[in-house]
Amino acid sequence: MTALLVAEQCLNGLQLGVMLFLMAAGLTLVFGIMNLVNLAHGSLYMVGAYLATAVFNWSGSFLLGVLFALPATLAIGMLVEVIALRRLYERDHLDQVLATFGLILFFNEAVAIVWGRTALFTRVPRALAGHIMVLPGVRYPAYRAVIILVGLAVALVLYVLVNRTRLGMLIRAGASNRTMVAALGVNIRLLYTLVFGFGAALAALGGLMAGPIYNVQPGMGEEILIQVLVVIVIGGIGSIRGALVGAVVVGMVDTLGRAFLKPLLSTTLGPVAAQSAGPALASMLIYLLMAAVLFFRPRGLFPAVRS
Amino acid sequence: MRTPRSAAVLVLVAGLLASQARAAETLKIGFITTLSGPQGVIGKHMKDSVELALDHLGRKVGGLETEVTYGDDQAKPDVGKQVADEMLKKHRVNFVAGVIWSNVLLAVAPTVTGSGTFMIDTNAGAHEFAGKQCHELFFATSWQNDQTPEAMGKYMQDQGITDVYVLAPNYAAGKDMVTGFKRFFKNKIVDEVYTKFGQQDYQAEISQIRAANPKAVFVFYPGGMGIQFVKQYVQAGLREQYPLYSVYTVDEVTLPALGDAALGSWETRYWSPDLKNEANAKYVGDFRKKFGYTPSYYGAQSYDGILLIDSAVRAVKGDLSNKKGMIAAMSRADFRSTRGKFTYNTNHFPIQNFYLLKAVKGGGGEVEMQIQKTVFENHKDAYYQECPMK
Repeated sequence: MTALLVAEQCLNGLQLGVMLFLMAAGLTLVFGIMNLVNLAHGSLYMVGAYLATAVFNWSGSFLLGVLFALPATLAIGMLVEVIALRRLYERDHLDQVLATFGLILFFNEAVAIVWGRTALFTRVPRALAGHIMVLPGVRYPAYRAVIILVGLAVALVLYVLVNRTRLGMLIRAGASNRTMVAALGVNIRLLYTLVFGFGAALAALGGLMAGPIYNVQPGMGEEILIQVLVVIVIGGIGSIRGALVGAVVVGMVDTLGRAFLKPLLSTTLGPVAAQSAGPALASMLIYLLMAAVLFFRPRGLFPAVRS
Repeated sequence: MRTPRSAAVLVLVAGLLASQARAAETLKIGFITTLSGPQGVIGKHMKDSVELALDHLGRKVGGLETEVTYGDDQAKPDVGKQVADEMLKKHRVNFVAGVIWSNVLLAVAPTVTGSGTFMIDTNAGAHEFAGKQCHELFFATSWQNDQTPEAMGKYMQDQGITDVYVLAPNYAAGKDMVTGFKRFFKNKIVDEVYTKFGQQDYQAEISQIRAANPKAVFVFYPGGMGIQFVKQYVQAGLREQYPLYSVYTVDEVTLPALGDAALGSWETRYWSPDLKNEANAKYVGDFRKKFGYTPSYYGAQSYDGILLIDSAVRAVKGDLSNKKGMIAAMSRADFRSTRGKFTYNTNHFPIQNFYLLKAVKGGGGEVEMQIQKTVFENHKDAYYQECPMK
């Protein structure tokens, strides 16, 4: 277990964290500002992955797929908000969970009808298929390095957008006191639709980058959604900063746990016990972390301020 | 005069009633598989194969009107058991068939056989049912989990490969697969890693593999997990460094999504689309014609499952109450299996051949699995002696 290996695993953890962040950012905004539990967020991730992959396979250009999938998913997100979710804001969370679970079923079947149940073929775009040297002796896949950079860039843009622009000010105001924002004459409906569409586009960005390394198939969104929910619970609902910190923490804990928990345990428990306890414990680690955070900081690490 | 006539009438009425009862007898089959979620594609392969078998039998299994109810277990043991209960109590099925996952089968099979109903297992090969928990009403048309990795273990041992890194998901079949592998592979294993069932990202494991620097890698990653693992393995440039040997990972379900990333993968299997026999040619040919894609072993086993039921019901001339007769008929494996002729062991698991397969570019430019050689002939599983049935 060398320092280089630990460094490489930290990069892996960061990359997983960044993927989770792209999903968590949209979900936490929607939750924090609109008070809406949107289980169908994973479906938008899936739609983004499918649209990008379909255009990529058709045109041969990954960039074209990205340029198509982002606005298309944004539009689909806004459409879903206008048609279905708008009616749910005033209702309680259980109704929202039921309705958005229905949307999951709808999107999974819709995708299966259009593209079939078999996973779609995708690959890493040629230009990014190689490896780069991040440290002497540590080769890292270029595509994954790009994911890290894109994710960090998105985090920066979001930070500026939320903290430095008028739109961001409205979003923050909407998160802390909706009624007052509406009373001041802001079109809160339009703001909601915009935020939801924006969250959908972020999910699509996560999905389309996940396509070449994971699996483009119906139900792919739910596989990541559970981890994303853990992220926003840890980070604090409604907080972008919390989403970023939570995502990186979950990514790191999960990756390092999978990589090093078994060798660590075998030094104390012996190899046989470590063989069975290691994998079981590693897969529980992020949930244990969530439980601990909920115990000590019930509103998450960075709770959004709400009056 | 009166008595003989009324007796004749009675006989006639009785005859009519009897024939009506016979005509009203329908064969009910409950087929459990995973139809939703990321693993739903495997269920589609199985369901399409059941439909093809029904077509080939003129929609009459064993000559009886047949009703097939499909149930979705969502790859979860608790859901599988609920579905089985519903089939037994509400639909009153005569046979429950299907089941992809060993952990689901462990919940489903005892429920089914416990109610006196036949369980035709068309995929999962949990070792419990081959050994101590074997049951006269339980028949497998697939394999016992350990058998396929045993073949791979034997092949790699014979090739003199050593320093192997082993990975599998952390659930019932994952453990069975590694146990089977180690039964015939006696050279050095560098490490044995179990990952979370349904894990998506294997980059952490891939970094560990590179750090351990083995001579070869052996994995078991069925369905979507296989797509993700193999893609990421190839993207990390590991294929050239450490040859990949696998079971149930690179197959007709995952090949369309893997494409060239699968090239050069080694697998062992009891069946392949290019296996030469008349029944298989008919199955593969008609399947491609009807559904427009290449079938997998998941499908071949399910097709065989329906033919096995057909052979049993025919043997008892449609008398579904004659369970002893049907058990005896099924034990003979008297049907045209897609794997060619095979026999049943005392535990109702097949004694069959296992082949080495390689992913190569086929004639049409698409990647396909081709049989390279036979590893085992008439291979028995390792548990049948623990089964009390003789």
